[in-house]
Parts: sequence; C-alpha cells; structure tokens
Amino acid sequence: MPEKTAEKAEKTVANDLAQGTAAVAAESGPTPAKARSLWSDAWHDLRRNPLFLVSAVLILLLVVMAAAPGLFTSASPRDADLAKHYLQHPNWGNFFAPDWLGYDGQGRSIYARIVYGARASILVGVGVTVLVAVLGTAVGMTAGYFGGWLDSMLSRVTDVFMAIPYLLGALVVLTTFEVRTVWVVMLAMAFLGWTTIARVARGSVITVKQADYVVAAKALGASTTRIMLKHILPNALAPIIVVATIALGGYIAAEATLSFLGVGLAEPTVSWGVDVSAGREQLRNAPYVLIIPSVMVSITVLSFLMFGDAVRNALDPKLR
Amino acid sequence: MAELSKAGEPQDALDATPNVTDVEVVDAHSDAEAVAAIEAPVERGEPILQVRNLVKHFPLTQGILFKRQIGAVKAVDGVSFDLYQGETLGIVGESGCGKSTVAKLLMTLEKATAGEVFYKGQDITKLSGRALKAVRRNIQMVFQDPYTSLNPRMTVGDIIGEPFDIHPDVAPKGDRRRKVQELLDVVGLNPEYINRYPHQFSGGQRQRIGIARGLALNPEIIICDEPVSALDVSVQAQVINLMEKLQDEFNLSYIFIAHDLSIVRHISDRVGVMYLGKMAEIGTDEQIYDHPTHPYTQALLSAVPVPDPEAREGRERIILTGDVPSPANPPSGCRFRTRCWKAQDKCATEVPLLAVPERFAGQDAPAAHESACHFAEEKDVVHAA
Amino acid sequence: MTIIDKPADVPAPRAGDDFDGPLLEVRDLHVEFHTRDGIAKAVNGVNYTVNAGETLAVLGESGSGKSVTAQAIMGILDMPPGRIPKGEIFFRGEDMLRMSGEERRKIRGRKIAMIFQDALSSLNPVLSVGYQLGEMFRVHQGLSKKDAKLKAIELMDRVRIPAAKERVGDYPHQFSGGMRQRIMIAMALALEPELIIADEPTTALDVTVQAQVMDLLAELQREYNMGLILITHDLGVVADVADKIAVMYAGRIVETAPVHELYKRPAHPYTRGLLDSIPRLDQKGQELYAIKGLPPNLTRIPSGCAFNPRCPKAQDICRTEVPALLPVTERDGSELAGRGSACHFWKETIHG
Repeated sequence: MPEKTAEKAEKTVANDLAQGTAAVAAESGPTPAKARSLWSDAWHDLRRNPLFLVSAVLILLLVVMAAAPGLFTSASPRDADLAKHYLQHPNWGNFFAPDWLGYDGQGRSIYARIVYGARASILVGVGVTVLVAVLGTAVGMTAGYFGGWLDSMLSRVTDVFMAIPYLLGALVVLTTFEVRTVWVVMLAMAFLGWTTIARVARGSVITVKQADYVVAAKALGASTTRIMLKHILPNALAPIIVVATIALGGYIAAEATLSFLGVGLAEPTVSWGVDVSAGREQLRNAPYVLIIPSVMVSITVLSFLMFGDAVRNALDPKLR
Repeated sequence: MAELSKAGEPQDALDATPNVTDVEVVDAHSDAEAVAAIEAPVERGEPILQVRNLVKHFPLTQGILFKRQIGAVKAVDGVSFDLYQGETLGIVGESGCGKSTVAKLLMTLEKATAGEVFYKGQDITKLSGRALKAVRRNIQMVFQDPYTSLNPRMTVGDIIGEPFDIHPDVAPKGDRRRKVQELLDVVGLNPEYINRYPHQFSGGQRQRIGIARGLALNPEIIICDEPVSALDVSVQAQVINLMEKLQDEFNLSYIFIAHDLSIVRHISDRVGVMYLGKMAEIGTDEQIYDHPTHPYTQALLSAVPVPDPEAREGRERIILTGDVPSPANPPSGCRFRTRCWKAQDKCATEVPLLAVPERFAGQDAPAAHESACHFAEEKDVVHAA
Repeated sequence: MTIIDKPADVPAPRAGDDFDGPLLEVRDLHVEFHTRDGIAKAVNGVNYTVNAGETLAVLGESGSGKSVTAQAIMGILDMPPGRIPKGEIFFRGEDMLRMSGEERRKIRGRKIAMIFQDALSSLNPVLSVGYQLGEMFRVHQGLSKKDAKLKAIELMDRVRIPAAKERVGDYPHQFSGGMRQRIMIAMALALEPELIIADEPTTALDVTVQAQVMDLLAELQREYNMGLILITHDLGVVADVADKIAVMYAGRIVETAPVHELYKRPAHPYTRGLLDSIPRLDQKGQELYAIKGLPPNLTRIPSGCAFNPRCPKAQDICRTEVPALLPVTERDGSELAGRGSACHFWKETIHG
C-alpha cells in the first residue's frame, strides 16, 4: 500500500498544484497576462530544453546540407578519379576539403558524397513521415470518430498491414520495381508504415471525442466537418506529432538499411546507405569508407530521436 | 431498439402522466412550418417543454463478431414532466439515477428509445435538418466540468463566438467580436480577456465562459448539468447568483440537474427527485423539501450534511442500507423497495405510479403532490424537531 | 491545544516509547513548488497537533494547501518540483523530515495510513480485493497466503462489506463506489495505524452513501483510538465527526476552533464568508452571499493577509502586516479553549 499510495499521491500533488496555479495567469496581480495558447506554452518549454537546441541545430544543418549541398563543398560526389583510389586515406586536418574524409573505391570524395547523400536521407525521412502522418491520421480519425462497422473495418485493415514485417514487406514491394528513385522508395515505405500513426490517431481521437467541448459543439448544432477540424484534430494532434517525429529517424535508418541490402536507392543516386553498402568491399583496408556514412546515418537518426523526445516532453499533457 | 422496451418491461410501468398538462401538438408538414412553430413566443408560466414517458435503454451486448443483446441498462425508464416558461425545474438524484441521461435526451445528443419531448408542441425527438437546428439554437446547455467543456486550443473569443459561426444568421460577421465582448461583460468577465485561452482561467471563470457560450444564441431554455459541483464553495455562490441574475435578465427557463440538494432548493421553483431512471416525487420546492412524502426523498434529505451542528442534532437521520441497484437489473415493482424501510409485498409486485397519493387527493395541503409510493406519508426531515 | 503561529521557544518534544505528547505535531511547515510561472508557495507556516483518538478536520478550498500538508506528513510529496524549505513534522516526538528514507517507509502505512478520494484509481484493477488486502499482511507481517486471506475477510467484515467471504476474490470494479471506499478504509486499517489521514474520503460518493462511510470511519477511529486528520472542502461533512477544525487559506491556517464553536461564532471573515455562502436546506433563501474575487495565485500571494483583496473588513494594516494566529478570547478576556484566528480584526468578527 505505501507504494501505491505514493503513486496516487504524486498524482494528487500534481492536481493540487495544477489547481493552485490554474487561477494563476487569470486573475490578481498586476502583470499583464498575455494570451498563451498550449502550442505557445510548448514552444516556450522547447526553447529552454538543451536536448531540443542541440538536435534542432543538427537537423537544421542537415536540412541546409540537403537543400544546398553546394554551400558545403565544391567537389562533385560523382567525379570519379581512379588515381585517388580508396587507399587514399582521409586527411583529417584538411577540414571541408574534398580529401578531408578520403576517397572511396572509385576515387570519389567521401566528404562530397556525405554532403550530397544528406538529400536522399532527409527527403526520404521527411517525405515518408509526411505521407504516413497524413494517411495514418485520416484513417485513424475516420475510424475513431465514426466508430461502429467503419472502425471495425479500418482497424482490421490496419492490423493486416501491421502484420506485414516492415523490412520484408519493403523488400518484396521494392524488388518489383526496376528503377528505384527516391519517390518510389518513399511511397513503398509509406505504404507499409502508416499503421502506427493510424492507431495512435484512432486512440487519441476516441479520447478527445468524449470531451465535453465536443459534446458542447454538437449541442450547438455544429457539422461533423467542423467538429473534426476545429475540435478533434487540434486536440488529437499532439501524440501524432510526437510519434511522427520519433519515427522520422527510423525511416532514415530504414532507407539506409534498404539501400544497403540493395533494394532501396541504387547508384547513381547518392545515398549514405548506398555508400555503406559499397564500403563493405574494402572493410579491412579502408574501414572509414564504411564507417563515415554509417556514423552520419547514426547522427541523423539520433538527432531526430532527440528532437522527438524533446517535442514529446513539451507536448505531453501529463506534464502540464 | 423500440422493441426493447416492449420485451424488457411491461407497458404498465410507464407513468400515467398525471403531473403534467395536455400537450397541444403542432402538426408541422414542412420544415418551414416546424421552424415557424419553434420560433413562436411562449407566454410566461405556459409549458415550454413537455416530456412524456421518456425512455432510454442502452443495450448491453456480448460477443465480438456477432453482437448479441443480453440486456439493457435502463438509464431512463418512463419519465414525464413539464417545464414552464421562466421557471427553474431542479432534478436531483444520486449517480446512476439517469438525470444526466435526461439532459442528453433533451439536448437530442442521445436518441430516445421511446417517448416524446415536446418543445412548443413539436416532438423534438423526431425532428431533423433545419427544424432541429432551430431547436438547438433555443435549448442550450451548461456543463459540469469547466476543465473539459472548453476546447483548450481555442481562444475564449473563438469559444464564445462559435455559436455564431454555426448559426450565422444570429449575428452578422462584423458584429461578432463586439457581441462576444458583450457576453463576457454580461457574465462578469473582463472583455479584454477575449484572446486568452481557457487554461489561463480558474474553474469559476471557466464556468462563466461556458455560460456565456450558452447565452450567445439567446436561447429560451438552458439545461444545466451539475454546473457548480466542480467549483469551490466560495465560487459556487458567485456562479449561482450569476445564473439567477441572467434568468431574470434574459427570461430563461432552466432545468437544473444536481446532486446537491441545498443548491437545488436555493435555485429551483419546482423539484423532481429521480431514482433508478424513474421520477420518485415531483413538486414545488416547498412541497418537496418541507413536506416530502416519498421515503427516498426523505432519506436523501435527511442524509444531507448540514453545516450547523446544532440544527442537525434535532434532525432525524435516515441512513439507508446498501447501494443503488444496477440499472441493468432494477428491482421489480417499486425500484426503491430494496432499500426502503416501509417495503411490503405490494411494493415488489406493483409499480407505484407517479400521482398524488390517494390519501392526500383533493386536499389543498402541501403534501398533496405527485409521489410514486404506495405508502406515501408526510415526514419533515429537514427542520430540527 | 491552542495553536500559536510561532512556537519557536517551545522545546522539541522528547521522543521515546513512553512519549505522552501529541501523536502528530506539525510545526511551521512550508512547502513550495517550482512551476513555469515561478515558485508556488503552497504551504506557508502551518502548525497543528493531533492527539490519539482525536479528529482534526482541515478545511479549505482547492489550492489552500490542505492536501499538500497531508502529503508532506505522509512523505509522498513529489520532490522536485516540491520542496520543504522549512518546518518540522513530529510523529510521537520524532521529526520525520530528518529521518532516513528507510525509517520513513516503516512509518508509512504501518503507523500512518492514508485514504484517498478516488478509491477506484487507488486500487489495482487486475488484482482481487482479497489479494490486495492480504498483501499488507504478507509483506509487513510475513503471514502465509491462507492466513492473509483469512485476515482480509476479517477486515472486510470489519468495514461491513456484506458477504465478505464470497466477495474476497472479486475485483475492484465489481464493487460500488461506497464499497470501494470501504475497502480503502480496510486497507488503511489493516496494520492498525496510529494515525489516519483521509483526503476527501466521501467527496466522490453519493449523499446517502456518504453518511454510511463517515459513520464507519468515525466508529473505527473510536474503536482503535486512532488520530484522524480529515481533509475536506465540505463544511457539512466535518460538522458531524470532527473534534476541532483548522481552516486553511492560501497555505496558512486562518482559524482553529472546536467544531460547534466554529459554526456558531466564526472568528475569521473567510470562515464567516464560507458559512454564509452555503445555501440552506431548511429554508428558501434570498440571494446567496458570495465571497467576492478568487482564491489567490500561489505564485503571487497578496502581501499582508492573503485574504485581504476579498475581505469586506480589510483595512490598511491587512495589506501590509501578516496577521499571526492568535488565541481568541471572550469579550471579557476569558479564554476560549482551542480557538485561534489569524485576523487583525478577529474581535470585531466574533463579537460583533
């Protein structure tokens, strides 16, 4: 009982505190309380979170790299000079020069390939996340809001997709394509990946739709579209955003994995996964050819995971 | 679901509706006629809302693939009453007595299993489209929990202004901001708060925002479901006073649902006591509080803690044994009999009708009001002996 | 029993088994929470004592600090964000705030138990009620499974749950709200603690059940000669069972009195306001008296008396000087046992 009691009491303290400070901003006190939306409160928290700042800077750097690789290097990732064969080791002191990180098996600047490879990773990561979020939210909201047979049907469809092992499914789907551009990989991954968000969205919508403010809107005679867009979506969005940002890192990792396995992106597309795959061949003589792009994948995935974590802390309603 | 009431409950269980006046049914053949009837004014003291044999059963199902009904929760089981223009009708009862379901049925948020709700002669349980929208404009609701009844992602201005978005004919677009500020002022909040969010307010202030939203469309009836039970004592009084002030100012009729009997007495003109989906007793506040005749009402009143140790020492306390039975499986006959100290064989077999008890019939005494008990007798449990 | 605001020169009570001082004594307790909006001062110098067999009702609205004080006593405050910058809590003469975590755990549940408002969420839904009750005996007293079950049945009988033998294997959701609260009481009683803290024990219950549960609690308290701290916002509930009442506002005790005295002659304008703002059951009133304004923001408690912005009697002194909790006397100066008021104008409030 003591343990249980303690747990319960923590909740009570939080409640009490919440109540105590509920009246806070509203009344008494000369400070001119401004309008503070929950989103702006979350932003206020985020800005003070070192985890967020570090990951945001990293992500910003990666996004700029993806958008304008020319800013980072003058070398081209496709210029192969066999004279600079992969035994050309990194020149660690020569920052940002084409030979900084050495050359790969075909004599291409690894640094340039890292810079240009960011685009594929970011594009696939962000693209899949957006597609998955839109599709998953649409399915989850429909199922959660309308319930009944529509919910049963959509939930079963979700289950079917969820039952497909992600990598195996992606392998099968992708091998049917001759040419695998970034768009094909993106669509294939999104096609298999929307289920988690659909489930989260459904649960979130079911919770929100029981709130009194939704009942109040119904009592006013509001249309279904209005209720969904004005009341349910904004309040159901937080967990969806959290899951999506955390999943983003996973998609980048998955893209690298698929490319490594040879069913994702392929030459001539510049991608970290492709480079890791190629680096395998000379692992003993030139491990850096494999290690450097792998580290980039890890840093990117980690940045997005940290970012997602920070966003969750800021948006989690239990902490406010 | 209509078959359900036939199968589950004999029809004689329904009230004989003696506590109510005749309904002048308006036969509207088109939406336009219905809307016209809804918009017609009602004289003060005339019935504005007439509820007849209202029934709501929630089916209990079993099985995942092939759902099979195994019973029903009889949340509301044949309730009839009238609401007169300009009055406050209090509905009291313990949790699970069906009072909140009644509110939802009156708001047409739930579909009634059987029975009618006449609003100015129109059965609103059968309306749809334009006519229903017109009804919704005129019947508004104030919710219990000021923390969940306001959308946390909308500003106060958007919340109070939402009724105007849904019923654009009430206020022209350019006029809405001013109207919202007026409403804030009416409920005693600073009109400059219009851009703030609900979480920046305390419970009492939020409840004022909820009331302002309810007032926006200039309704005729407001259904208040436990509007002050989530508030602190010192704030409760403020909100109650506000509601009384608004009633006079805007000529509103209230249905005030609560479990706090003292507050209900304070605000109500008439009071109905519900137990397990049925009305046990109904009458003016004086009849119910000073001359209760139903044993449940008496027990309920005697259990109310009175913050005055001396006044309560002279009072008789009736402590009921046991809990309220499940509404899925209510006792036969009188539903209160399992906890009643007067129960006899008759109570298990015969459903007592809500009517003026025979022994008081024709008398002009305050005890002569509708009470659904075979052995109704007067007993003062509120005043010190 | 008179509680004075600043007991600085009183020597610390002597500890030990033959200790004959108060069961629990809270001295100058302060609790604060670090929040986004600054430091919320939830408790600002609370003093009270509870003796064995005595019931102290702590009355206050949300944010008054009544629950936070109780949690500090139980040692279940969430720290951080909570902090106890100052104060002592003596249990049988020993300051619990200076004890090690292990020592406090030994007191918690065994010597001091707590009952919460929401019984459903305080019970584990996947374990049977009998198992949860028996757990207390298995963990603390090392009883066997079978003996623990027998004890559980005995306890359920004690709190008058009908057919305890048959229902011992039932799960919490199979019981009604009143029955669940009885189970919580049984759980708190299991190890025969010396002090029970009940935080709004009947608020979630229906009136007809409220009376049953309060009566049970009072009866068991008498039987076991326990100390009871009853935390509530409901002036009606406490009237029956409490011996003395402490009224809290903005983290301070503003008035203490024996129950009957408080209702008859409040000595603090806040108490008077609360009593006046409750509608009467036995008569139809006119407009309700309402205390104006709102409870203060705990991050910005008004200077002087915290109640001054809402008080009809407020003068300049109320805005500058914090009133101490002083003994209240009769008009002729004779002592009123157990009465205290933290109001500069208590004389005017109580005597006219």
